[in-house]
Amino acid sequence: MANFSKSNVPQFSVDVYQNEYLPEGGREVNAIVTVTSTGGGTVGGTAVRAYATGSTPDAAVAIMVDCSGSMDYPPTKMRNARDATAAAVDTLRDGVHFAIIGGTHVAKEVYPGGGQLAVADATTRDQAKQALRKLSAGGGTAIGTWLKLADRLLASADVSIRHGILLTDGRNEHESPEDLKAALDACAGRYTCDARGVGTDWEVKEVTAIASALLGTADIVADPAGLAADFTQMMEAAMGKEVADVALRLWTPVGTEIKFVKQVAPTVEELTSRRTEAGPRAGDYPTGSWGDESRDYHVCVQVPNADLGQEMLAARVSLVVPQGDGSVQTLSQGLVRAVWTDDMAASTSINPQVAHYTGQAELAQVIQQGLEARKAGDMDGATAKLGRAVQLAAASGNEDTAKLLAKVVDVEDAATGTVRLKAKVEDADEMTLETRSTKTVRVKK
Amino acid sequence: MSQMRQLTEGAEMSSCPSCEEPLETGDLYCGACGFDLSAAPEPAAAEDHPTIAINGASAQGGSPAEEPAGPVEWPEAPDISTDTSHPGELRGTDSSGGDLTGEVRFDHPPGPDEYALQAPDPRTVVPPAATPPAGTKLCVACRTGTVDQDGYCEHCGHAQPRERDHMERELDAVAAVSDRGLRHHRNEDAFAVSATALPDGSPAVVAIVCDGVSSATRPDEASAAASQAANESLLASLPRGTHPQQAMHDAIIAASDAVNSLAQDPAHAREHDPHRHQNAPACTIVGSVIAGGLLVVGWVGDSRVYWVPEDRTSPAARLTEDDSWAAQMVAAGLMNEAEAYADERAHAITGWLGADAYELEPHTASFKPDRAGVVVVCTDGLWNYAEGAAEMAAVVPADAAERPLHCAQVLVGHALDGGGHDNVTVAVLPFSLAPQGAGSA
Repeated sequence: MANFSKSNVPQFSVDVYQNEYLPEGGREVNAIVTVTSTGGGTVGGTAVRAYATGSTPDAAVAIMVDCSGSMDYPPTKMRNARDATAAAVDTLRDGVHFAIIGGTHVAKEVYPGGGQLAVADATTRDQAKQALRKLSAGGGTAIGTWLKLADRLLASADVSIRHGILLTDGRNEHESPEDLKAALDACAGRYTCDARGVGTDWEVKEVTAIASALLGTADIVADPAGLAADFTQMMEAAMGKEVADVALRLWTPVGTEIKFVKQVAPTVEELTSRRTEAGPRAGDYPTGSWGDESRDYHVCVQVPNADLGQEMLAARVSLVVPQGDGSVQTLSQGLVRAVWTDDMAASTSINPQVAHYTGQAELAQVIQQGLEARKAGDMDGATAKLGRAVQLAAASGNEDTAKLLAKVVDVEDAATGTVRLKAKVEDADEMTLETRSTKTVRVKK
Repeated sequence: MSQMRQLTEGAEMSSCPSCEEPLETGDLYCGACGFDLSAAPEPAAAEDHPTIAINGASAQGGSPAEEPAGPVEWPEAPDISTDTSHPGELRGTDSSGGDLTGEVRFDHPPGPDEYALQAPDPRTVVPPAATPPAGTKLCVACRTGTVDQDGYCEHCGHAQPRERDHMERELDAVAAVSDRGLRHHRNEDAFAVSATALPDGSPAVVAIVCDGVSSATRPDEASAAASQAANESLLASLPRGTHPQQAMHDAIIAASDAVNSLAQDPAHAREHDPHRHQNAPACTIVGSVIAGGLLVVGWVGDSRVYWVPEDRTSPAARLTEDDSWAAQMVAAGLMNEAEAYADERAHAITGWLGADAYELEPHTASFKPDRAGVVVVCTDGLWNYAEGAAEMAAVVPADAAERPLHCAQVLVGHALDGGGHDNVTVAVLPFSLAPQGAGSA
């Protein structure tokens, strides 16, 4: 497992934003926990340090490329996928273990083959690109088989960071949803994976479910020409990761109920049900691997009632990373507190961070509900939900989401959420909105 | 924090005043409900009220409105080398003597960002050396869990009483008690009491009380720093023969410097949170010195000193004049006392110690009492419940001079009985006419 004595473990910091004051009888405590990791190396910057420190990269990457028959319609799709994979291979740091998998109704090793991983250098990168030229389209789609092969290959290297990049253009038609689910369950926690849908014939929920289960990002690349840039960016992000298997550990006192735990930035990701018990009254929520980045979590707990003037610890939030001997290393921690007061001004005010992310979570929800309603033919419901989404996006300054919404509805008044559904909506626009509905922005400073 | 109450044994109760659970000897908190037993009024307190109320009421008519800080009929203190301000003479001005600017500070929390919530970095936090080994302390609320190093129960999460939640200290000739009160979650008051000797060998007794300004950052640190600095200054200057009033003046300057330096303390800079409104730590200060037959008081802010004569037929008096909005309104003749104190701005203070204070001019006064009595030095957490001098005298037990600690406990109990809306701190100094008899208790 991970040996942190030789790698640059980033410094983690935890900041808690909350209004800890509760009125008499108040029981619900909300807090936004901001976790920031900054590189453990002495050289500043992200990509610069990755190349400059000269230490052996401690990572393995598997690229899964959809080679089903549909990738030839239009033929540019397969060509762009090959080019994008080549660009990603060029982005690999020297020394990183890697493999390329061609995916159809079965998974095939494209490079290096033989159940092995190659170690990136000038020679292996050239060989990989040669192998990519022979890649052709034909066959079905069974993504679960790709994921399981990637898991076998990644497990063969003794590294701490294991990452996958998955590209698909169609629905997972040649295996049952249960097979995919089983594959995801088997791979979860073993490696992280970004998932991309190219074109508009894929299923948003399948791709986002893969990214969610494997703690990676999901996105749409509607125009195949954009693949190379996207693959390069994804691989750069993967190369920047420095520590894997980080968990958010939540300790709560007796009598306290955890209402929910979710990641709220950079995207909304529900974590409540993904808890694994970690000792008395403590549980771990997976967060995957970290480079130089910052994420926000919304923790909501219900505490037992107490008298005015009392103070209690409602939750202790820590970032932990497993060690080889089965113990964990605590990277950083923060305290969520509850203080009962008769000062109404104090107890009734809502923390701006909590308010902001409550709005962002609702934004993601109403977009998904609005698009569901639209697909189901419930135009009134869709108008109401998407109108609310426009209102929330405008109020919170989430401009990217506001722009995507404007491609699906005609906005009459953003402040009141008055919208009309567009009669004709491009598939790509609707799928982009659905895929990116969970993207959030941070509180305006 | 087992060391926090040295003297609770003196206040035995047979059952918890909150839930009637039988108590055991030495309990600091009720084992059933966690009630803070030291916060309970002692039985003696109730008996003390009627005995004194008669004297106090007859002398003063019992009406606070009739009781501005009238001049006390004492001989002038001789040999005073500094300017002396007398109660009643003080104009309603700011501390530099100019007209009021109208800007004031409120001693209540401005909102939810009142104090910092910085999480300790586990890699840098060094457990305090004084912390007993884990497993030795049980939570006072649930009696089940042990207490973690952040001061919370590892079972039920309840915050444990902090050392400053309730503090008592007793010397021969002075005693002080400070309590968190019932509504605030921490104690932002602080005090210091000490005894020393003048160059001629006669005793000198010092009491300093400070009230942290809640709307400022780290008020608890400000009050602790101010009380300690003022006390140390007096302990250094009095034995050298500095006139007590001059020494008091210098002590307030020293306290001010100590509070000012907190504002620049980089160890406490919390730069990571741009949302939190930061302002300089601030507190009030009031002090009293009894030495060489003189009673010296000094203050900045709205903490007060009261004089309660042993012979209750003579009037009690307030010896300080608040740096507060209400006091200035009254002094300027714009409102009568009743109107001024009914206003919501009444308790806004116009003078304080802190880097953002106006030019500091400590108020000091010297008196030469012609009779025995006790000096009560307190924060507004007490005088809110006994504003007039007669009201205060009515709460002071008859044997206050013999049992100053008991008197201070009774006074704190009075404030808690009244609701305990603020932190309460009281220091009690007996004054006796015999020069060597100050330590008669």
